[in-house]
Amino acid sequence: MATALTVDCRKTFSGRFTTAARLGLPLDPPRVLILFGPSGSGKTTLLRCLAGLEWPEEGHIQFGSTTWVDASSNIRLSPQARRIGYMPQDYALFPTHTVAGNIEYGLSDLPAEARQARVRELIVLLQLQGLEQAKPAQLSGGQQQRVALARAIARRPQLLLLDEPLSALDAPTRAKLCRELRMLLTQLAIPAVVVTHDWAEALTLGDIIAVMSGGQVLQVGSPQEVFSRPATAEVAQIVGIETVVQGQVVANDNGLATVSVNGTMLKGLGTDVSGSAVYACIRAEDVLLEQAGSGVTSARNHLSGSVTEMRPQGLLVTVTVDCGFPLRAVITRGAREELGIETGSVVMAAIKAGAVHLVPRSIT
Amino acid sequence: MNWIAIAVTFKLALLTAALLLIIGLPIAYWLTFSQWRWKFIVESVVALPLVLPPTVLGFYILVAIGPHSPVGRFYSDVVGHPLPFTFEGLLLASILYSLPFAVQPFAAAFDQVDRRLIEASWTLGASKLKTFFRLIVPLSTAGLITGAVLSFAHTLGEFGVVLMVGGNIEGETRTVSIDIYDEVQALNYAGAAKTALLLLVVSYGVLLLVYAMNRKVLAVWPQR
Repeated sequence: MATALTVDCRKTFSGRFTTAARLGLPLDPPRVLILFGPSGSGKTTLLRCLAGLEWPEEGHIQFGSTTWVDASSNIRLSPQARRIGYMPQDYALFPTHTVAGNIEYGLSDLPAEARQARVRELIVLLQLQGLEQAKPAQLSGGQQQRVALARAIARRPQLLLLDEPLSALDAPTRAKLCRELRMLLTQLAIPAVVVTHDWAEALTLGDIIAVMSGGQVLQVGSPQEVFSRPATAEVAQIVGIETVVQGQVVANDNGLATVSVNGTMLKGLGTDVSGSAVYACIRAEDVLLEQAGSGVTSARNHLSGSVTEMRPQGLLVTVTVDCGFPLRAVITRGAREELGIETGSVVMAAIKAGAVHLVPRSIT
Repeated sequence: MNWIAIAVTFKLALLTAALLLIIGLPIAYWLTFSQWRWKFIVESVVALPLVLPPTVLGFYILVAIGPHSPVGRFYSDVVGHPLPFTFEGLLLASILYSLPFAVQPFAAAFDQVDRRLIEASWTLGASKLKTFFRLIVPLSTAGLITGAVLSFAHTLGEFGVVLMVGGNIEGETRTVSIDIYDEVQALNYAGAAKTALLLLVVSYGVLLLVYAMNRKVLAVWPQR
């Protein structure tokens, strides 16, 4: 028995939009798969296909030994029969039912006593004590989210499907509940598929990340892999690699490649850079700024250029340096003042070769 | 006042409303949730009594249940007497005549139910039938009451259909509106006035109830 969730399906919405996804999630040990991507990338559609709320017109979905969808032999397992816990983006709590009533809703197969016991257990697990008789409209966003989670896990589902579980919350609550959700998912040990467009959430919650765009799954891998080694420039853009530029490989010394970007030479790591055309991807956090003409460091790249733009973001400033190509760096406000960086001033940017990710590109 | 006619009328209206609550729910559910592309054909048929002259509707019902139609013959074979000019025949006609007054509010209420709630219910293992009774009906109570009350009020005042299908049999098919007509024909304006006033008061009271209920002062779910 293949203990995995495998998806290979295509869903078209009357010609306007197609989601074609192929991915797998090993179920043992239970892991959290993140569907990551910008809005309109097909994440929610894929999640709804898994929930049985959308029917792909091609392909199959297999959960362990059970076939959920097989378009060719017309197998369509109903959402009722999949034993899943599904939490839509706005929670969809039943307004006519109390908190306890919502949690109890999926438990009607159980005898009354077992049902009450399970509800009490979940009330404690999700810290909803005292709110049993409240209606959803009387709850705060965070409380609603916890009720929705309790309702979704009440039936002990074999797969949890969470659609943007934290997006309806304000920022401070979100960060706190994100950590709590991670702990809960670990504690429950239920395989889960979580949709998010927030990379911090993806990193916190995910064991495996599938990056989606335009209805396609572009890359599947560990968070580390996906974020620091995006497979394509598009993935880099989606995961927030701030500098993505085109270059030509002019030399390759055992994986340490020299790339010419608009005439500026960059050294980067590219083990499988077979062609000469690449994208160089650099995260803004990996760029150091120093005063022009300062000492030698271990960084392989020292690029001098003038500052073209500065965008303050809280304590940090995103500085764009024109060193033959626009390079983005993130520094603190204090560092900016100390270095006296203004728009137009000349600085030196230092980047370790390991922080320059080279992604092969096809020449069009 | 003709208390017998009043009793017949209220019995007819109550039974019509009750039966429409049973018959109208599946029709309204189907009209709301069916994906069938020719659904509008059924919608139009249901709405037909709104525009059709009651005499025309009554005429067709009379023909359809009469001794020359298979339905009418089957009924008289089973029950022992023909369907036209009986209370049962009148009840059938009333149900058809008031069908849109029940089905349209029901369907409008079902349509207001957030699809995401229905989907959430399915993923929690609740069948479509269970979802209907545990989720859709509680969320649609105002529409269900509106539909029942409107069909009740509409049946109270029906005239043309009653005349065509029911005739004018005391204690059986003679309703209040026909009684008023007879009183006026007999130039007994005082008798007609009393009965008319009763109908006016009841109809107004019923509509007051419907509109008061639809004010939604007791909304349980704030619109986001």
